Amino acid sequence: MNKLDLPSYLDQSDEVKARFDRLKQRPVILDIKEFTKIFETPTEDVVAVKDLNFKTYRREFVCVIGPSGCGKSTLIRTLAGLETKTSGQVLLDGEEIDGPGPERGMVFQGYTLFPWLSVKRNVMFGLEIAGHGKSPAEEEALQWIDLVGLSKFTNAYPHQLSGGMKQRVAIARALANKPRILLMDEPFGALDAQTRAKMQAYLLDIWRNIDVTIIFITHDLDEAVYLADRVLVLKAHPGEVQEIVEVPVPRPRSPEQFLSPEFLATKARLEELIHPPGDPDPELPGDHMNMMNMVPVNDEVDKVE
Amino acid sequence: MSAPSKIKRKFMQHQGVILAMFSFLIPLMIWSIVSYVPFVWHPKVKITVPGEVSYFSEGLLVDRDVFEREKSDVLAQGKTIPEGVPANPIYFPAPDEVATAFYTAFVTEPKRRNEKWLHESLWDSIQVIFWGFVISSIFGVPLGVLMGTYRVFSKLNEPFIEFFRYLPAPAFGALAVAILGIHQGPKIAIIFIGTFFQQVLVIANTTRKLDPMLVEAALTLGAKRTSLLFKVIIPGISINLYRDLRILLGWAWTYLIVAELIGSSSGITWFITQQARYKNFDNVYAAIMMIGIIGLFSDIILGWFGKRMFPWEQNKSLS
Ligand SMILES: Nc1ncnc2c1ncn2[C@@H]1O[C@H](COP(=O)(O)OP(=O)(O)OP(=O)(O)O)[C@@H](O)[C@H]1O
Ligand SMILES: [Mg+2]
Repeated sequence: MNKLDLPSYLDQSDEVKARFDRLKQRPVILDIKEFTKIFETPTEDVVAVKDLNFKTYRREFVCVIGPSGCGKSTLIRTLAGLETKTSGQVLLDGEEIDGPGPERGMVFQGYTLFPWLSVKRNVMFGLEIAGHGKSPAEEEALQWIDLVGLSKFTNAYPHQLSGGMKQRVAIARALANKPRILLMDEPFGALDAQTRAKMQAYLLDIWRNIDVTIIFITHDLDEAVYLADRVLVLKAHPGEVQEIVEVPVPRPRSPEQFLSPEFLATKARLEELIHPPGDPDPELPGDHMNMMNMVPVNDEVDKVE
Repeated sequence: MSAPSKIKRKFMQHQGVILAMFSFLIPLMIWSIVSYVPFVWHPKVKITVPGEVSYFSEGLLVDRDVFEREKSDVLAQGKTIPEGVPANPIYFPAPDEVATAFYTAFVTEPKRRNEKWLHESLWDSIQVIFWGFVISSIFGVPLGVLMGTYRVFSKLNEPFIEFFRYLPAPAFGALAVAILGIHQGPKIAIIFIGTFFQQVLVIANTTRKLDPMLVEAALTLGAKRTSLLFKVIIPGISINLYRDLRILLGWAWTYLIVAELIGSSSGITWFITQQARYKNFDNVYAAIMMIGIIGLFSDIILGWFGKRMFPWEQNKSLS
């Protein structure tokens, strides 16, 4: 499709517009004001995030994208309480975040299931710490495992699961605590394309069924548009808000929408924000002359290009 | 697990067993060759017929050139010549002699009434190791875990322990005897000193190597100080901790001989020195090998337990 044929990503159908209006009527669950994070290293102070303002409404699905090093992980780790902010305010339900807590679930990119616990015991982990008795915790864990479709693997150990299954357990484990907000830092980044697509569908399905707000970091623009209500686009050095994009693709979402005009228009816009035209990627060297000698290519072998 | 990889693993196991056998067979073969093939070494001559050399007697071992000299002397004087067969020195018994000693050492009655049988000596040694190691672990494991978990603990203890571990344990021998008497006490103390300081540092290090992501995940699930320690850190390091303890137990054995020389000599060391005094070198070798065999078997048994204790660990490094 020619780019010129695309509608503007700002055009929203009446239905979508009505949805966004309703969404913004909901209570604000997460309120980030002038958030700044500076890492003090022995050599220099790194400003990871600077003066970031952002609000999330209840049961919203927000994706965060931005170039590498723009502070996405720093932001989400601060929300989780794993980093402390340098200045500003980070409020969850109007209260300042102080340290990690079970009301903010987190799913990491790497696999963080406890290898010594079975799937069931992994999901029970938070419940047991919260003081639930063993059998109610078990009962509840089984429901969550069922929700992520892993009932057959209740007693398996993490090393017996595939990457996608591990992340599903990690999601179930975080959700079992009934968090107000679920933080996900490139949770599907290590998965192959097919598994990733399935996981996206799973996640939307779960999100539809429970009351949870999701903040989801990704590198994959398709993923961002497919999942999000709004996409928070950050820019690097220092990490600041570039734009907040409302995704005009109607819900419920399905993979067929990947080719719909609004989908393509939104994706094109995100692309433009992340790789502005005429702005060469600073992380790529200008020429690749230095690669010339790295692979000896003799005359019998066809040149690839 | 898929069928081909199962077959492959079977094969690998099979191969492993064969290689393990060879790792013992090769030294045994070399030993046998040196022992049984006369021209390989055999610097001595064992007298079979003394002839008329005044100090020769049957079974005596003499240097080969001494034998040749005496032989030519008596030959020149027209007396009966001695006869002998090439032999290895007494401190180099042949495999069959050592193998026999394995049995005879156990059934030979002690020379004196108050002396111990071999199995009693071995049992003493095992007890010294056991108590030295257990006492060390009772203090060393918790301290190591705490030091690996909390910076305060490590800053408070690590410098001193780093210093202390350079002090050779046997140097405390005389002190240990003065304080703890001459029996098992000082020996256990030496094993303790030799093990403890290394143990604390090794375990602190193992604790620090726990994947920080697991700790972070636990924190976001609501874990706090104690639950983090008991539900994440300790189970998280348990496999490596167990492996450390196995290695440290091996080190404890290396302190055994020194420890047993302290105070009144005892245990397997006493047996070895006693037998060496009587020139029963076959018994000495047998006793040394017994230490090795006990060490190896206890390690194999611990490995077997490890496999059952840590079902989540996929076959790696716990053998
Ligand atoms: N612990 C730290 N100490 C010092 N600097 C840090 C630390 N963590 C992150 N930074 C710096 O902060 C900036 C933001 O890092 P962050 O990991 O949040 O980026 P990101 O957007 O998640 O990147 P990516 O897409 O590669 O995951 C980077 O410049 C990084 O070098
Ligand atoms: Mg990141």
